[in-house]
Amino acid sequence: MTTTHSSVTRSSTTSRWERFRDSYLLYSFKRDLIAQFSLAVFILLVGCALLAPWLAPMNPYDLAQIDILASELPPFWVDGSDPTYLMGTDSQGRDLLSTILYGLRVSLIIGFGAVAMQASLGVCFGLLAGYLGGRVDAFLMRMADIQLSFSTLMVAIVVGALFKAIFGGATFSTYAVPLLVLIIGLAEWPQYARTVRASVLAEKGKEYVDAARVMGLSSRRIMFRHILPNTLSPIFVISTVQVANAIISEAALSFLGLGMPETQPSLGSLIKSGFDYIQSGSWWITLIPGLVLVVLVLVINLLGDWLRDVLNPRLYKG
Amino acid sequence: MTTATSSINAASAPQTATPLLSMRGLEKRFSLSGDFLEQLKFKGGKLVREQEHVHAINGVDLDIQRGEALCVVGESGCGKSTVARTVMGLLRPSAGEIHYDGERIDDRSTKALLPFRRRMQMIFQNPYASLNPRMTIQQTLEEPIRLHHPDWSPARVKDQVAEVMDSVGIAADWGPRYGHEFSGGQRQRIAIARALAVNPEFIVADEPISALDVSIQAQVLNLLMEAQQKRNLTYLFITHDLAVVEHFGTRVAVMYLGRVCEVAPTATLFATPRHPYTQALMSAIPRLEDDRPQHIRLEGEVPTPVRLPSGCVFHGRCPHANERCRREVPAMIATDEGGQVACHGVEEGRI
Repeated sequence: MTTTHSSVTRSSTTSRWERFRDSYLLYSFKRDLIAQFSLAVFILLVGCALLAPWLAPMNPYDLAQIDILASELPPFWVDGSDPTYLMGTDSQGRDLLSTILYGLRVSLIIGFGAVAMQASLGVCFGLLAGYLGGRVDAFLMRMADIQLSFSTLMVAIVVGALFKAIFGGATFSTYAVPLLVLIIGLAEWPQYARTVRASVLAEKGKEYVDAARVMGLSSRRIMFRHILPNTLSPIFVISTVQVANAIISEAALSFLGLGMPETQPSLGSLIKSGFDYIQSGSWWITLIPGLVLVVLVLVINLLGDWLRDVLNPRLYKG
Repeated sequence: MTTATSSINAASAPQTATPLLSMRGLEKRFSLSGDFLEQLKFKGGKLVREQEHVHAINGVDLDIQRGEALCVVGESGCGKSTVARTVMGLLRPSAGEIHYDGERIDDRSTKALLPFRRRMQMIFQNPYASLNPRMTIQQTLEEPIRLHHPDWSPARVKDQVAEVMDSVGIAADWGPRYGHEFSGGQRQRIAIARALAVNPEFIVADEPISALDVSIQAQVLNLLMEAQQKRNLTYLFITHDLAVVEHFGTRVAVMYLGRVCEVAPTATLFATPRHPYTQALMSAIPRLEDDRPQHIRLEGEVPTPVRLPSGCVFHGRCPHANERCRREVPAMIATDEGGQVACHGVEEGRI
């Protein structure tokens, strides 16, 4: 009976860091150039966005710093540029580089905020539907079906337009960020709910869940403490895709005039404000924020792809 | 039928008044027909609701006395695991009652069942699935103790975990590790430790050794018997390994198609099986010496549990079946050897 002890020879005090160092995640990351590059660009963009107040040469929210006479100046490599404005200026004379940095911050806040909202709603509903089953499951999943049958943008447009009509444009501007988080968050929770439900159904049949029930644990504790930790990998993977989606949704809404107001532009509303001038030759107001948006979404998606490949248990059993 | 059975059962119970656990007319059906809309069907121009069920267990009466190890045997799909899961409250019985120490437990809510959870625990078949992969051994073992003794200090909980780990032969320094770092036998020890952590008096073991290597099976079985002696445990032991039953069981219940066909003390059952199914089962045990009566070959297959045969569920394959067996469900009758058997043939003295 005691001979079994010696067969486990690994040190029993492996820390979290040591486990991470030995993990397949890190191993695969070290060998994947695209993932490394994407992460570097992503960290750079997030870093720039977070440090915008210190990095940006101007504060685009401060009207005193805006010079309307300096409007529509081209970026530095084009004739007629002003060296103070590296990336040129927009139609109101705001420094484009500063505005992009601030706009990136708004876009990222909305992207991550909306995903946090989607995830918390979706995870709760998915756990409930999968674990309780029966009528709760049927009700929640029919809700999800209904929700999915409307496109996110349509829901967002209707809600946004209603809010604007009822409370007026000024109120809308004040609450634009939380409102967009709420709209995009509410519109996309079924993605999470369905994925989580599927994982819960798979986990629920395993004996450790029965063991927890036999122990007498409450349903809530079993759901959150036993089942949820075992469904984290798919949640991670959809989160990356959903952040990119949420940023795109926000940009699309802003482009339609239902997103961030011009006074606190996100990347989307910046693209929109420049779009009016694209025919008159001021292409940079639209093109440069557009490129930043494309790069941001691209690296997030590439990271998500890599993560999905790593965490997919069918490709790698770990 | 069930009332007649239970009265005979109660009368012939050999030990003292209240058994630790008793099942009365226990039934469990699983619906095959999906939700309400799928059950609606057109028949003869009318919309009718049709439901089909798998009758996993139908009318099981069993008593488990304190300190004994009652083994339930039977082939795959005869409902023995369903009995275990129903007793533990993982499934709600479709009909019938379960009494624990005289108190009815099958109709209680999760919360009302909590005081009983401390007294009855379960060991599962597959040790690879019964430990949460995201929890360390320490967390796994502490959880039931914390739940049932919220007033205990962390030091006392740790002591209890150390004590229970020691008693199942696992080293105290395994605590910070995860389940996947261990072999099947080691995991099953951990699972047994988890069941013993709250000092239960009754343990349901659902084929606890059938997923293990043969070399490990004996170790785990000895561990269970050791725990029984030390802690004065009562077992409901589900298995299909008759050698294990002979070694481990105090009494044996043989199940066929969701019904108990014979209950007897182990030695009696192995020496003089009465029910034709038990006789066939016993004759199928491979033995080294070849001087025993020849292997009884049963004709046909186990009938589907969706549409149960009328009368005795075994009549279609029984060499002794007559008209009464096809018509009438046999009740449990006490035999001279101290067991009980549900067979018209035995009652009439034909077998």
